[in-house]
Amino acid sequence: MISIKNVQKIFPSKQGQLRAVDDVNLEIQEGEIFGVIGYSGAGKSTLIRMLNGLELPTDGTVTIADRVISKIKGAELRKARQEISMIFQHFNLLWSRTVSENIAFPLEIAGIKGPERQKRVSELIKLVGLEGRENAYPSQLSGGQKQRVGIARALANNPKVLLCDEATSALDPQTTDSILELLVDINKRLGLTIVLITHEMHVIRKICHQVAVMESGRVVELGPVLDVFKNPQQPITKRFVQQVTEPEETKETTQHLLELYPHGQVVQLSFIGEATEHPLITNVIRNFDVVVNILQGKISHTQNGSYGTLFIHLDGQASEIQNAIDYIHSQQVGVEVISNG
Amino acid sequence: MADFMEMVKWDQLMEATGETIYMTSISVFTTFILGLFLGLLLFLTDKGNIWANRSVNVVIAGFVNIFRSIPFIILIVLLIPFTKLLLGTMLGANAALPALIIGAAPFYARMVEIALREIDKGVIEASQSMGATQGHIIFKVLIPESLPALISGITVTAISLVGFTAMAGVIGAGGLGHFAYLEGFQRNRPIVTLVATIAILILVFIIQFIGDYFTKKTDKR
Repeated sequence: MISIKNVQKIFPSKQGQLRAVDDVNLEIQEGEIFGVIGYSGAGKSTLIRMLNGLELPTDGTVTIADRVISKIKGAELRKARQEISMIFQHFNLLWSRTVSENIAFPLEIAGIKGPERQKRVSELIKLVGLEGRENAYPSQLSGGQKQRVGIARALANNPKVLLCDEATSALDPQTTDSILELLVDINKRLGLTIVLITHEMHVIRKICHQVAVMESGRVVELGPVLDVFKNPQQPITKRFVQQVTEPEETKETTQHLLELYPHGQVVQLSFIGEATEHPLITNVIRNFDVVVNILQGKISHTQNGSYGTLFIHLDGQASEIQNAIDYIHSQQVGVEVISNG
Repeated sequence: MADFMEMVKWDQLMEATGETIYMTSISVFTTFILGLFLGLLLFLTDKGNIWANRSVNVVIAGFVNIFRSIPFIILIVLLIPFTKLLLGTMLGANAALPALIIGAAPFYARMVEIALREIDKGVIEASQSMGATQGHIIFKVLIPESLPALISGITVTAISLVGFTAMAGVIGAGGLGHFAYLEGFQRNRPIVTLVATIAILILVFIIQFIGDYFTKKTDKR
């Protein structure tokens, strides 16, 4: 669907050249939600803007649905852009137009007239759940409502691809979740391919199928979200994964646990996918002569499965504890012993 | 009181007011069109915009700055040959129009440029991402989004233009300035000058009122 080949973007700057995007290769399948995560300045914004030709690559090619976006110009590019729509961090609505008129704007551009346009606008308003707000101006809407208008506007011409440029970064956590749910919903219902960039791992975890991690213009890690969560390779990826799998106070908590349980062992278990649904703890207690004490746990759901961490305290004879740990290991659950008591 | 009523020639005052309104409305309309065009060019040819072109920008900016800087009374005099060539005369309300428009349009063009700069670049980018043509961007985004500022700008310009017409009146263009100068000052009838001034003030207040009304009505921010 989307193919990014050897793409480079170099900006001339006063201190010489700035490599914003450095030799990036990505393949994005149809119907996929593909996330690009990175800190600001990593080049992800430049990358996504090359997908609809707002930026042109210095080198390499961007192809979407057999159209070479990085080569076409003028009317052909404008036509292509109607099929690759975009939503923005700051919504970028026309404040002089009502909700309906904002949604009608791309239809006007596409030359759709009169009753047909009206019909499409009311369909879209229903799709994004803005019934009753048709005649409101953007200044009368909340951030979440504005982004819904942005999404409706982006979907107006039945695009094949939706690009999300930090679409939830200006929203509060609750509104972020509702917008993300809307994105998953339209991805499933319309089979839309979604490419999003973000600096929040939460967004990736919640809706993406594939993730690419970017650092100083390069893609340093790439894969299905669950795999990346299970086994992050790069230090930057580990940091991002920690954003969602470990509560911030984990370090303090483990310190506290070690003091609290001088005997036995404190163990961190990591569950991936189906493992989260097995009665692991029950089996450990039934089969081994150990005392199990659950200290802290968290399960995160991703689009391809669940990922969880659990801190437990095992007490009993050293050999029996070892057997229990071996058993847990055999159940394809990650085990990390935090301390020897 | 009767003296006062007699001293002012009311029919002449009405005629002069009519001339001022005529000169002001024609020049405001033309200034709006010309200034909008120049302002759009200034904005669009600037760095980072859709028609970015340094040389065109420098030429237009130079033209605008020169005509904005010449004091109006001098501009009228400088334009005498041009006006004569165009209209065959230096007298009457029509003869004031070229100077009024050439004096006001560059002034308004700068206001248009400022109004357009206020538009969030992201909105233009969003329109481009939807496949908008340059025509769409100008007529469906730039002008509607800056409309309140364009209206308040033309209001300020219109009020300056009323002042300019009075100045043009002194050198023979007719209107309330001419009336105040000829009938009031030169015949030593301060009361006539005062009445002419009041007529101009009423005109200015009406323009300001209409301008404010439409600025508010179009501003949905």
